[in-house]
Formats: sequence, C-alpha cells, structure tokens
Amino acid sequence: MTTLEKASIDLRTTVVAGDVPERPRPPRRRVATRTPQDRLIALGCALNSFLLVWLVAARLTSGMGWLGFGLVWYATFLAFLYVTTREQDGVVAATDTLVGTIIGSATAVLVVPFAWLIGYIVVRGAPSLRPGFFTHDMSGVGPTEPSTAGGGAHAIVGSLEQVSLALAFTLPLGLLTAVFLNETRSRWRRPVRILIDAMSGLPSIIAGLFIYAVLIIPFGHEGGLFGHDGFVAALALSITMLPTITRTVEVVLRLVPGGLREAALALGCSRARMVWSVVLPTARTGVTTSVVLGIARAVGETAPLLFTSFGLDLMNANPFSDPQESLPLFVYRNVQKPSQAAIDRGFTGALVLLLVVLALFAIARFVGRDRSGTRRRAARRRTTPNLEEAT
Amino acid sequence: MDDPPTRADRVFGLATSSAGIVVFVLLLLIGTFLVLRAKGTFDSQGLSFFTRVGWRTDVVPVRIGVLGLLAGTVIVATIAVIIAVPVGTMAALYITTYANPRLRSLLTRFVDLLAAVPSLLYGIWGSSFLGNQIVPLSRWLSRHGSWFPPFRTNEDASLTGTYFIAGVVVSLMVIPIITSITREVFSQAPPGEKEAALALGGSRWGMVRRVVLPFGRGGIVGGAMLGLGRALGETIAVSLLLPQGHILSIRILQNGGGTISGFVAQRAGSDAVTVSGLMAAGLVLFVLTLLTNLIASTVIARSRSGAEVDA
Repeated sequence: MTTLEKASIDLRTTVVAGDVPERPRPPRRRVATRTPQDRLIALGCALNSFLLVWLVAARLTSGMGWLGFGLVWYATFLAFLYVTTREQDGVVAATDTLVGTIIGSATAVLVVPFAWLIGYIVVRGAPSLRPGFFTHDMSGVGPTEPSTAGGGAHAIVGSLEQVSLALAFTLPLGLLTAVFLNETRSRWRRPVRILIDAMSGLPSIIAGLFIYAVLIIPFGHEGGLFGHDGFVAALALSITMLPTITRTVEVVLRLVPGGLREAALALGCSRARMVWSVVLPTARTGVTTSVVLGIARAVGETAPLLFTSFGLDLMNANPFSDPQESLPLFVYRNVQKPSQAAIDRGFTGALVLLLVVLALFAIARFVGRDRSGTRRRAARRRTTPNLEEAT
Repeated sequence: MDDPPTRADRVFGLATSSAGIVVFVLLLLIGTFLVLRAKGTFDSQGLSFFTRVGWRTDVVPVRIGVLGLLAGTVIVATIAVIIAVPVGTMAALYITTYANPRLRSLLTRFVDLLAAVPSLLYGIWGSSFLGNQIVPLSRWLSRHGSWFPPFRTNEDASLTGTYFIAGVVVSLMVIPIITSITREVFSQAPPGEKEAALALGGSRWGMVRRVVLPFGRGGIVGGAMLGLGRALGETIAVSLLLPQGHILSIRILQNGGGTISGFVAQRAGSDAVTVSGLMAAGLVLFVLTLLTNLIASTVIARSRSGAEVDA
C-alpha cells in the first residue's frame, strides 16, 4: 500500500468517525532509495530461488546446462522478489523494484560477456605469447612446430601500413565532410547526413567486394595497375572508416559554441578562416579523440581485407605490391587451420589485437580526458568541449 | 548589405561541398559496380536466382540461388534483434535514469569501448567457447519446446553451428549499438517532466513509463532498425560460426545454414563464375542493409535535435 493510499484511507475514516484518536503516521519512505531491509529481501529471494531451482533442476529436469539453469533461476528470483515486495510495500513498489532489478541486470548482460571474452582470449592467447611474436614472421614454420615458433611481425607491419594509408585517405575527406555538415548552410546537408549514417551501417564485406570489383578485376592481371596488395586493402578500409570518422567529428564540431563562430564572423573573418582558426582549434581535442577511435575500429576490420590484401605468411613491407598480412587476417586464417598449434597462434594474435584496440581506446580517453586540475586548465576547458559530453 | 563572397569563401564552399558529394558518388559507385559485376549471374540465372536454394558451380550451366542464404541472414538478424533490443534499451534506461553520475559516465565509455571490439574476437570466442555452452540449453529447448516449430530438430542432429548460436553472438555485438542510440535519445527526455512525474508521487518506473519511454519511442525504433542493419551485415563472426550451407529451414536449433555475408567471406578468392554470383549476393545484401539503414537514420534524425549549443 502506498503512502498516498494510506493517507486517503486515513482521511475517509476521519470523515466517518469524526473523533478517532490520532494514529501515529507511518514513517516516510523515499521510494528511490534502497534500505538494508530491501537488500536482505533481495538476497533471501536469490538464495531461496537458487535452492528451489537447484532442487527442481536436479530432480525433475536434466541437462539444461548452466546457462539454462541460470535463466530459470533468474526468472524464479524475479517472481520471488515481486511477491515478497508486494507483501511488504504494495503493488506499486513491487513493480518498481521488479523493473529496477530487470533493468539493472540488463546492464550486467552488457558487462559480463565482455569480461568473459577478454578473460577467455587472455587465457588462450597468453601461454604462447613470446617476444619472438613481435620479431618473427611465419617463414620456415612447419605445421608440426609448436605455437611458440614463428610470430606475427609481418601481420603487425601490414596492419600498421594499411591503417596508416587508410587514415591518410580518410582524415582529410572525413574532416571536410564533417565541416560541410556542420559549418555550411547547404541544402544538401540533410541528405548527406542520412547517407553517411546509412553508409556507416554498410556491411564491411561490401567495401571489400566493391574494391575487388572496381580495381582488381579490371586491373589485377599480371603486371596490371592494381593487384592483391596492402594499398587496395587500405582503400577498402577507408570506405569503412569514412562514415565513422565523419560522424564522430561532426558531433564534436556541433559542440563548439555558436558564440565563438559569431564572434569570428563579426570580426570580419571569412567562413574558411573561421573554421580554420576558430572552430577546428577549439575542437582539436575532440577531433583527435574521434580519429583515434576511428583507428581502433579500423584495426580490427577483417571482412574488407578478405578480397583485397588476401594474407600471406611472409614479411612483405611493401604495401604497393603482392598480398600482405595484417593482424585480423592473421587471426582469421590461423584459427581456421586444422592444427592445434596454428589455432593457439591465432589466439595469441587475437590477444595482441585486443591489446592494441584497448590501448587505442585508452589513448583516446587520455587525449580527451577531463582536464579540471589547475585553474588555467579549467578556464580552457570551458571553451574546449570534450567528446565525453557528446558521446 | 551583402558582401560578395571572398575567394577563400568560394574555395571553402567548393571544397566542403565536393567532400559531401563524394559520399553520394561513393554509394552510387558501389551500387553500380556491384550491378555491373553481377550482371552475368542475373543474365544466366534470371529470376530463379532469388527463388533457388543451393549453389552449384560444378554443373553446366551453373545453378546458383540466394534464397537459402537470404533466409539465413534474416533469421540470424531477427534472433539477434529479439535479444538485443530489450537488453540494449534497458541498459540505456539504466545508464540514463538509474545510475548515479559517476557510474553513468563510466558505463557510457564502456558502451563505446564495446562497440569498438572487433567482430572477429566475438567470432572466435563464440565458435570455440560460447557455442558449446549454449548446446545444452538448445537440447533442452528442442526436447521441451518442440511444439514451437523453430525449436524442432531432426533426430540426432548436431546442435553446434546453429542459427541460434550465431544469433546470440551477433546480439552481443548489436547491443552496444542499440544502447548508445537509445541512450542518446533517452538523455534528451525533458528533465522538467521527469521531475514532475516524481514530484506527483510516481515511482521511478512510473516516471520511466510515462515520460522517458514515450519520449524515446522514436529512438527505440530507430535503434532497433540500425541494430537490424548491423546484424544483417555481420560478417566475420557469422562466417566462423555457421557452416555456410544452403538450406531453407526455420529450425534454428540444429546445425546448418549460412548468411550472405558469411558465405561471401568464405568464398573470397574463387573463380570468375563464383565471383559474379558473390557480387549478385553482395548486391542483395547491399540493397537490404541500405534500405534498413536509411529507414533507421530517417527515424533517428527525426527524434534527434540538431540545434547547436550556445555557451
């Protein structure tokens, strides 16, 4: 029963009876907070439902797996919690508790698999990780050699070159498009923005197929202009990178205060000057952050490379001729091989790839960090929007 | 009085507009070249390309069709979206209305990080670990839920490499996308109305149900469509998880089936006839995802304010 319902009943009895002695008011309770009692109830429900489901699962059903067991336990727990809270605090509070619990556990679904994924890749990849992984390629490594032989140096070099090339294509184009979307008054901004959004959801394998169709089929013959090499892979990567970078940079540009723009224009700047000297410097931190995030996405892209750079077990530092390996391709090709050593090597590559992505992410956060240390920095922060508020 | 634009302004306008046009041109080129390369297949197969299940390039004339793959693509994406939309939306609700500010910014960054985890890693985790963990659940579902047609399985069918497992793994990849879209929309729910709901004595759920959810409905629909687009095009994880066979079946708990993108990924580097077929399949996928994403971004753009901040 809610406080409101209680109050109305109080009122009614007062009207009817007239002179009943005043009862002590129930203590006020904030619904938004959780009392220790609530926590105890939740714990008790969890325990009870676990025991019940365990008993039923052990006796009546078999072979549901821990996953099924967990799901049934969770459902029973919710039922217990709802009934108990309704007994205690009424329907409204019970519904609130129930929904709050479900919503909270949805967040757990977000976190738990990711932690698990990281843990699994570390456990599988770490045992065969040797310093040699960063200095050797796969030349002379037979299928029977242990997973610690050979390495992924050729893949790391390839990834580095392809992503750098892709960035060199994408960065100017992405910046210009973002400026176009945010700093001009063109009629075409809206359709372009929608197309960019749609393009960012384009399957990345389409980018590979496209580059294959347009460059490699006509020019890929012996001695032709393009072939399977790192350069075309970089082109395919930049198609997948372009929308990501454009969108994030555009969000950052949107945060630049309009007053700054007006001030620049009022001082007689041209629009070009305003963008170059006011908008871009103001948004510098945010732009850097979004570029680093764009790199983090591109490093792990596998699909566009399948039709373009193809993969190779040997070191090929020249991105302009012959197939080239890269980290995701190294992982993809190795985990599909039949030998256990190759699979282990693939997981080592996956661990390195994961570390690279996490490191890039940390760098992005470090660049766009909250600089509220000294007063001077705080003053700068007021004019420098950072990406965190946008994303 | 209007000043004539300076030369710098004209160059600026030209440069930025052409950058904007590049996007148009790029999408147009992608479509055109896929059509061009797929023409051979469409000429030889005709409409039966869309109605045939199977991929025989060893017979003369070749008999290839995309229907089985298309069905697989839609089934996997549907499973993924069914799981991901409620979870992603609720996680977004938690971030915007339940978490305290510290946790909120932490979780927001975490969702960004999740969206950047390569699909390849989910694929190898799913195929070597999670898939096996789902098998007992699949067996239980097939034993007790066989009244529901998708849960039926053949006698002694293998329960690994199934649409269900692929859908679950893809859903894990789609959840961050849906969460970040819906979170953005929910966080714009008018604070005055939220506070008013609480001040009138509503519980937190009451506030969410009456204010935040109606306000964010467009965002939920848009996020779901965007997630669907991603799930339809998910490539590497699915190519590792499914055997990429051509079947037309809704039995999601038993081994078999494939998706367009997964199949294309596995056949990289084939002969010319196959490649033309792959281009045709890729074109189907391109049109499908482009339509889904266009609808999604239109819906989202309508529910998102484009005003610039003023300090």
